[in-house]
Amino acid sequence: MGAIYRREIGAFFTSSIAYVFLSVFYIITGFFFFLVNLGNSSADLSFVCLTMFIISILLIPLLTMRLFSEEKKQRTEQGLLTAPVPLTSIVLGKYFAALTVYAIAASIMFLYGVMLSLFGTVAWLTLLSNFIALLFVGAAFIAVGLFISALTENQVVAAIGGVASLLAFLLVHFAASLVGNYASLGWLQSILNFLSFYSRYYEFTCGIFNLSSVLFFVSVAVLFNFFTVRVFEKRRWS
Amino acid sequence: MIEVRNLTKHYGDKKAVNDISFTVEDGEILGFLGPNGAGKSTTMNMLTGYISSTSGQVLINGTDILEDPIKAKACIGYLPEIPPLYLDMTVKSYLNFVFDLKKCKLPRRSHLRDVLKLCKIDDVENRLIKNLSKGYKQRVGLAQALIGNPPVLILDEPTVGLDPKQMVEIRTLIKKLGKNHTVILSSHILSEIQMVCDRVIIINHGVVAANDTATRLSEKVSTDHRIIVRMEGERVAILQAIRALDGIKYVRADMEREPGIWEYEIEAEPGRDIRRDINRLARENEWNILMLKTMEMTLEDIFLKITMGEHIELGKGAAK
Ligand SMILES: Nc1ncnc2c1ncn2[C@@H]1O[C@H](COP(=O)(O)OP(=O)(O)O)[C@@H](O)[C@H]1O
Ligand SMILES: [Mg+2]
Repeated sequence: MGAIYRREIGAFFTSSIAYVFLSVFYIITGFFFFLVNLGNSSADLSFVCLTMFIISILLIPLLTMRLFSEEKKQRTEQGLLTAPVPLTSIVLGKYFAALTVYAIAASIMFLYGVMLSLFGTVAWLTLLSNFIALLFVGAAFIAVGLFISALTENQVVAAIGGVASLLAFLLVHFAASLVGNYASLGWLQSILNFLSFYSRYYEFTCGIFNLSSVLFFVSVAVLFNFFTVRVFEKRRWS
Repeated sequence: MIEVRNLTKHYGDKKAVNDISFTVEDGEILGFLGPNGAGKSTTMNMLTGYISSTSGQVLINGTDILEDPIKAKACIGYLPEIPPLYLDMTVKSYLNFVFDLKKCKLPRRSHLRDVLKLCKIDDVENRLIKNLSKGYKQRVGLAQALIGNPPVLILDEPTVGLDPKQMVEIRTLIKKLGKNHTVILSSHILSEIQMVCDRVIIINHGVVAANDTATRLSEKVSTDHRIIVRMEGERVAILQAIRALDGIKYVRADMEREPGIWEYEIEAEPGRDIRRDINRLARENEWNILMLKTMEMTLEDIFLKITMGEHIELGKGAAK
């Protein structure tokens, strides 16, 4: 796992994907930080956190798109799959490399906190819980993106597929509020609410640390990494 | 040692590999000869655990590749048809990655140095792989297979796309590696297999057509009795003189290559080398030989010959 992790981290930076990802992430969240917090002299970071959530949906596929699709296209996966390592460690090596770059992006939050603390008091505990929530949401999203990358040998398809799937996770939230208009569909609404990444994440931006949501995000991450391993097992047997 | 028992692979309805069995002893170089689409790569991919077999068994040093893949894979160095190279890495960082990936226990610096030297790529160790020539890329591919010094080497068409000089270099290297490794090498070039291998398996349409030592195969497919001669002299007289030789099956002269110079296609009885006789005739009659060569046997000829040979033997068996 270590070898693959280190190679991927290196590849993120030599291919400049990491730089693109980080700079877009910082520019957009920085823009809202200056506009909302510095402009209005507000110490409440919840809006910036929400933008981080939304742009994660659009940017995470950028991190995950090439991880497996490019291996397949360049036929380098043959080297990995015939090396004496379990499939799980191949998948996790790539997974944690993407998660590391994502964590570097998300930790900009602490810089925003420090800047705010120069002007007023910052709710550090809320900020920390926000960071943790963002990290776990990312962990789930990256697993989904990685899974989609394993399905195709075309990076662009992997990227578009990734954005589409992550948007679907967001749409679950709107579907839930739509269904809420019909009393008879209460059961459906509770299912959709359970699956809604957005409402689960929103709680954290309000300062509520919900452990069951953390577990939910972790389960999604584990599940999709498991699916990715299955994709390779299935392909070998086909 | 590699043992392959009744290995079969179906892609949908298509049988890419059909009931192949063979063993490779320690320290042996086995050649896998067959035209494109014969099933060489498919077999090698099953031997290395890249794809699973539909049925059958592969044992690498006694370990089943599907039952304990990690242990079996640790014994194998594999150079696939397309070398698994990360183009954006330097040769050195790529081989370091492979070293870590294989969890190699050897001393890193000296082992990498040895492999770089052996494959003659130490002069490009800091270059990006994408900027290397085809020959160098192939050697980097071979180097990654050698990392960790695995006892078994599986090399899928290692000389394809190389120029003649590079081909010779790679063949020499493989021959050298064969001294202390068990090697399986695939190719669609007969002479390459004859040059490098101790034993040859000929595979066509996914089945084994022949499994023999390289020397015995060479005898079988020897073409010294079929030659082409370009000779200056009177055509009818030459034809008569050649026909009068012992053991000539046929001779014909269909092409006047230069004014007064015809090309003679001669086939003698198998095993009879008539090149010296032709020379003697020319000397005695003061004809000039302007060219003499044995007819190359194509893979197609070989299959025809080998499968026909089997029919003959089958016929004998039935007569007993
Ligand atoms: N993934 C695949 N799906 C379907 N057919 C395949 C696949 N790989 C190989 N084949 C078929 O199996 C046969 C053997 O191919 P291969 O092992 O690559 O031959 P060789 O390496 O001897 O040229 C070919 O007819 C090829 O078309
Ligand atoms: Mg092939």
